Amino acid sequence: MIINHPLLGPRDAAEFVYLGDESLIERPDPNAPDAADRFYEYGYLRDNPAGEHKELWYHEQGDRSWLVVTRNTITHQITHVELARDVARAKGRDR
Amino acid sequence: MRYSGFKVFLEGLTGNRGWKPAWRDPEPKSDYDVIIIGGGGHGLSTAYYLSKVYGVRNVAVLEKGWLGSGNIGRNTTIIRSNYMLPGNEPFYEFSLKLWEGLEQDFNYNAMISQRSILNLFHSDPQRDAFVRRANAMMLAGADAELADEAQLRRELPFLDFDNARFPIKGGLFQRRGGTVRHDAVAWGYARGADAEGVDIIQNCEVTGFQIENGICKGVQTTKGAINAKKIAVCVAGSSGRVMAMAGMRLPIESHVLQAFVSEGLKPVLPGVITFGAGHFYVSQSDKGGLVFGGDIDAYNSYAQRGNLPVVEDVAEGGMAIMPMIGRARLLRSWGGIMDMSMDGSPFIDKTHIGGLYFNGGWCYGGFKATPASGYCYAHLLAKDEPHPVATEMRLDRFKRGHLIDEKGQGNQPNLH
Amino acid sequence: MSQSFRISGGLIDRSSPMHFTFNGKRMEGYAGDTLASALLANGQKLVGRSFKYHRPRGILSAGPEEPNALVQLRTGAAQEPNTRATVAELFDGLSATSQNHRGSLEFDLMAITDLAAPFLSAGFYYKTFMWPKAFWEKLYEPMIRASAGLGTLSMKEDPDTYDKGFLHCDLLIIGAGPSGLIAALTAARSGARVILADEDFRLGGRLNSETFALDDMEGGIWAEQVAAELQSLSNVRIMTRTTVYGAYDHGVFGALERVTDHLKSSGGKPRQILWRIYSKRSLLCAGATERPIAFSNNDRPGIMLAGAVRSYVNRFGVAPGKNVTVFTNNDDGWRTASDLIAKGVTVRALIDVRDGVSPPDLYGTEVITGGRIIDTAGRKALSSITLKNGRKITTDCLAVSGGWNPTVHLTCHQRGKPVWNEDILAFVPSGVLPEGMRVAGAANGVFGLSSALQGASEVTAGILTDLGMSSKAAALPVAEDEAQSGIAFWHVKESKKRAWVDLQNDVTVKDIKLSYQEGFRSVEHLKRYSTLGMATDQGKTSNIAGLAILAECSGKTISETGTTIFRPPYTPVPIGALAGRARGKDFRPYRLTPSHRWAEANGATFVETGNWMRAQWFARAGEKGWRDSVDREVEMTRASVGICDVTTLGKIDIQGKDAAEFLNHVYTNAFLKLPVGKVRYGLMLREDGIAYDDGTTARLGENHFVMTTTTANAVLVFRRLEFARQCLWPNLDVHLISTTDGWAQFAVAGPNARNLLAKVVDAPFDLSNEAFPFMACAEVSVCGGTPARLFRISFSGELAYEIAVPAKYGNSMMDVLMKAGAEFNAVPYGTEALGVMRIEKGHAAGNELNGQTTALNLGLGGFVSSKKDCIGKTLSQRPELNLPDAIRLVGFKPVNSSDALLAGSHFITKGDAATMENDQGWMSSVAYSPTLGHSIGLGFIKRGHERMGEVVRVVNPARGVEVEAEIVSPHFYDPEGGLQRG
Repeated sequence: MIINHPLLGPRDAAEFVYLGDESLIERPDPNAPDAADRFYEYGYLRDNPAGEHKELWYHEQGDRSWLVVTRNTITHQITHVELARDVARAKGRDR
Repeated sequence: MRYSGFKVFLEGLTGNRGWKPAWRDPEPKSDYDVIIIGGGGHGLSTAYYLSKVYGVRNVAVLEKGWLGSGNIGRNTTIIRSNYMLPGNEPFYEFSLKLWEGLEQDFNYNAMISQRSILNLFHSDPQRDAFVRRANAMMLAGADAELADEAQLRRELPFLDFDNARFPIKGGLFQRRGGTVRHDAVAWGYARGADAEGVDIIQNCEVTGFQIENGICKGVQTTKGAINAKKIAVCVAGSSGRVMAMAGMRLPIESHVLQAFVSEGLKPVLPGVITFGAGHFYVSQSDKGGLVFGGDIDAYNSYAQRGNLPVVEDVAEGGMAIMPMIGRARLLRSWGGIMDMSMDGSPFIDKTHIGGLYFNGGWCYGGFKATPASGYCYAHLLAKDEPHPVATEMRLDRFKRGHLIDEKGQGNQPNLH
Repeated sequence: MSQSFRISGGLIDRSSPMHFTFNGKRMEGYAGDTLASALLANGQKLVGRSFKYHRPRGILSAGPEEPNALVQLRTGAAQEPNTRATVAELFDGLSATSQNHRGSLEFDLMAITDLAAPFLSAGFYYKTFMWPKAFWEKLYEPMIRASAGLGTLSMKEDPDTYDKGFLHCDLLIIGAGPSGLIAALTAARSGARVILADEDFRLGGRLNSETFALDDMEGGIWAEQVAAELQSLSNVRIMTRTTVYGAYDHGVFGALERVTDHLKSSGGKPRQILWRIYSKRSLLCAGATERPIAFSNNDRPGIMLAGAVRSYVNRFGVAPGKNVTVFTNNDDGWRTASDLIAKGVTVRALIDVRDGVSPPDLYGTEVITGGRIIDTAGRKALSSITLKNGRKITTDCLAVSGGWNPTVHLTCHQRGKPVWNEDILAFVPSGVLPEGMRVAGAANGVFGLSSALQGASEVTAGILTDLGMSSKAAALPVAEDEAQSGIAFWHVKESKKRAWVDLQNDVTVKDIKLSYQEGFRSVEHLKRYSTLGMATDQGKTSNIAGLAILAECSGKTISETGTTIFRPPYTPVPIGALAGRARGKDFRPYRLTPSHRWAEANGATFVETGNWMRAQWFARAGEKGWRDSVDREVEMTRASVGICDVTTLGKIDIQGKDAAEFLNHVYTNAFLKLPVGKVRYGLMLREDGIAYDDGTTARLGENHFVMTTTTANAVLVFRRLEFARQCLWPNLDVHLISTTDGWAQFAVAGPNARNLLAKVVDAPFDLSNEAFPFMACAEVSVCGGTPARLFRISFSGELAYEIAVPAKYGNSMMDVLMKAGAEFNAVPYGTEALGVMRIEKGHAAGNELNGQTTALNLGLGGFVSSKKDCIGKTLSQRPELNLPDAIRLVGFKPVNSSDALLAGSHFITKGDAATMENDQGWMSSVAYSPTLGHSIGLGFIKRGHERMGEVVRVVNPARGVEVEAEIVSPHFYDPEGGLQRG
């Protein structure tokens, strides 16, 4: 597979390490009253879609960017790649 | 029809005209006591034990393709019970015992071959972990045998002892481990279940659940609606997709695991061997092919195919421990979809929806579990309580904090 | 017997004779031959034995689809089983042996199975061999295994080397037949970066085997001309002897180049190169594969594919027989007859299954239309055929054509399913192709030469437009579309005896019918039950006929019946080539510590720690074993001072205004208020609440920290920290860099550590306990100005420091420290002594931080701050991770002090049976403590902290030993910690 890194251009996927669903960015608020449930869902439940999947890849053999890659889990086609940090900020993660 | 050598002989004399279909090809009825979704190994064994042991015979197995088309038809055929944790080891040992009597039980030669499995270790910490495991196995009544380097040199002289990057320091044998002709397991269970009256309905895909007031009453299928008192999902590789139709998210990610077979060779390997310092495990089939595999491709996938980096990584592992296979050729590679759970261990449980049961999350270890999984799932379906060896395989265990994490990799499924 | 079947012409070099042996028999061929053509030239018809019935077999094909002619090539460690003679290039000195027989090839004792064939029908083994139970493994299976398998591995290490390479191109063209050549010419002239790959050693594909004319030139000559132009263009890479074996995601292809397989010896070169080709577009021009027709005894040596016969006659100048008969269901077969006649080979008859067809005039050769062959004779070579009307025709070669299948394999590697085309009676690529792939020529079902050329040219123009290039189309050569109509005719129904479909696996028409009869009605069931298409040829010549017969049984169309899926590789790839150079000592790279050379020179024994090589101990003269060395290193360190290279611990430089806040998120304990110049122990959890890693973090400046991790987790912790930084707290002003390899770091431990360092650290730095107490850190200089970092931390429990210098000074630093320590009798110590001292001290390490244990289990619950959140905190509070009987890390000492504790033992309460239900925990780490004079252990046991003083059973059935041990504090050595603070 080839991941089109937003800063570095197309790179072999073998340079990257895969983590999982993009939802892992959305770490729950530890102070919320239902934090235990939210963390359970965050830590353990996955949509696991057959089709388009936004997922986290880390450019370990490269610039160490975490990326959010939109990839189809049936065809492996990649349609979009973003810096995870931009995604995290856009999701409103503070600090 | 009972199979035997005598029968084969008689049929041979008469042009093999008397053989009957191994199973019927029925149309679905409108109602069943139990519907099992998924005609793979676990689904068929569930049907077999449900009908034969628990006497529940008004059962249908719904299979979207051809029976045995899932991971039972695309695995590396290894059986073993070399687990460590109390939530796992008694279950897998129960499974191994069922394997040991299976062929006579279902009157089908699945070529169960207890050729042994050997896990190599290459460092002191690895050795310590294997000693812990071996002892756990023996405390649970399974067999385990630690071998040092000298013994391995005698038994497996073709391993690379003298030029290895990670020296072979010893290994953990389970002599009762081995291999099975995987397709035959599906066929044997299907034939056995069919003989007990179970309807195995191929090319019948479930397209929805009929859930009313929190109770599941039946399914919609490509062959129409079918009602049942209990609906048992058992669809490795499709768990996420199927349970999503019931509105459930699972502690599962689906990944592709590649497997490989070489051209046929005269006997080379005595049993199953796994490499401890890389991703490689191998056995030799009765036909002579080296059957081997390694790590999953590590990204979510439903594609049943993988990519080159893993192919090469696996070959490197093979050459690292047995460089005599360099001139053997890889004949075929394929991919299966593994429902990787969050602690690497499976689920056999009721769901929060009445009448809806779930069996899945077997990661890449489902094949060896086929008999016990079916037996325990049948027990759960028949008695509504877990079988004693499957009490920990619950869906709510992560919420409770009861982890069955053999590898200690935590909630990242692709590491298990 | 000297090339008695050689005829005139062909593309072989008669001026280069080559000698070879087959089963020890000396034979001769020419450069340009394959082993198969050379065997045929020498009249060697019998080449091998079939898999199941050990039937005598010859050569069926002239290409990679060969099911029969598999040989063992070369000898000794280079012996290569299952090599297809049809693609093995002849070289002078080649040695080949036949395989899969007991006794000689001619008199195979295993051929007895052929007589038992009625009892060995499809799937018979699933129905028997079950009684008595024990006999399967003891008798039946060994018997089956011995007779199964094909070639033999030498069991010696593969003597050759293999390389890997990476290539990039605009357009990868797979196959250099007419379509591939015209496509390459078009793309190359248009300026595209082109790779043209072909498995053959000669470009031209079928043009080399046919008598087609292009622009009034012989096809082979035209191909040579095109090849010459392509060779001259710098934007084209021509790769012969290169099989593109797999189509992977995003335009990536796997290809195997056979660099030296056509030479007697690799001469130091890599035998093969595994290429990974990155293409923007690809064009599959892989041609087509002919299929046979099944009839009784259609497997005898001498029965060949009609197109292959043309290959041998036209390309190799070999007549596969002296009296050839042709059997066909299509026009293409006619050309075999006419080509043979043109070469002066006798054609006994042309038998066409069709009625009412009129082949061209074949100079009086007998033409039988509506003909059916119902049997053949000749045990080791074909001698005659019998027609339906009972007529027997004496013949030594039967050329069979059942039509052609487009070679669609690569189009299926991403699960594209070919579709049935009723016009050409074959499967063609579907619209679902691998990303960027197009198909042209016969592979696309376009069988006529002229049409193929035109189609390939057009599709290439389209690809170029796609790539944003303007196409400079090559002028199409004048060519004709050859006659090619045919009918669906898969097997002769009148056959009474076994009619083979899959030749290698011995699957017959009856087997397929029996599979259907027994309920194996999906193509996949058929394949798995009968083994159709599962041999080394993966059914290249058998799959379609097999499923056509299945369709006949079910009354369905072939289209409805569908096909099995083609999987990579297209043809088998040696495992050695897939592994490349990563084997033996080069399996993984070595990481050497900065003081490695010093350690080597000073008697170190090394141990693999991940990819690191670490000094395990430093043996001295007179020491009888590793224990002597390790005990001495511990004793001397504790008595005076010891030095250990600890560079392998991960080091992460953390800087930024928010660095402290960042650490607060990732560590369980608080870091905000850590003063500058201080070090703190930190514990990290995974988000699931399990303990993950620990280490120390030093605050060198207000916004500057240096974290250490365990050796094993150095990379993983860094990855997780980057995740936390970029994804969880993206607005923190903090930056990370791994400096593990940047700094060499040494532990200097023991009562004389301070005295030693005082000689090394530049004045005026004050090392006194008051000025630089336990857990202090500072940036200092050593040896007169070399920058260094000094940490007062202790893993051994002694007064200890870790000193870091830039890695390039590491080896010298070790030397300096040892020389400065000479007066204190300083000792270097390795990982074993390090381990002993940490166990004496009760520190958790990898065996305890194994990914299954919590802070509570480890006795580190106090390190989880109640005042702040951190990664893993919420989930660590789940109820069943905090049960009253949770395991706790404690110390163990044997009741009988001469007993050795063993890691991996389990604990059983005294009086209880040793069962899994009664399992109380396990021993994680053990050591012989030279300090205490007995074995000690660390382990996890339920409620351990409440069981101090209890004696438990330490069972180790795997080692066959059991001892009793007392539960004690894990802090065996200096539990108050006075020494390290001193």
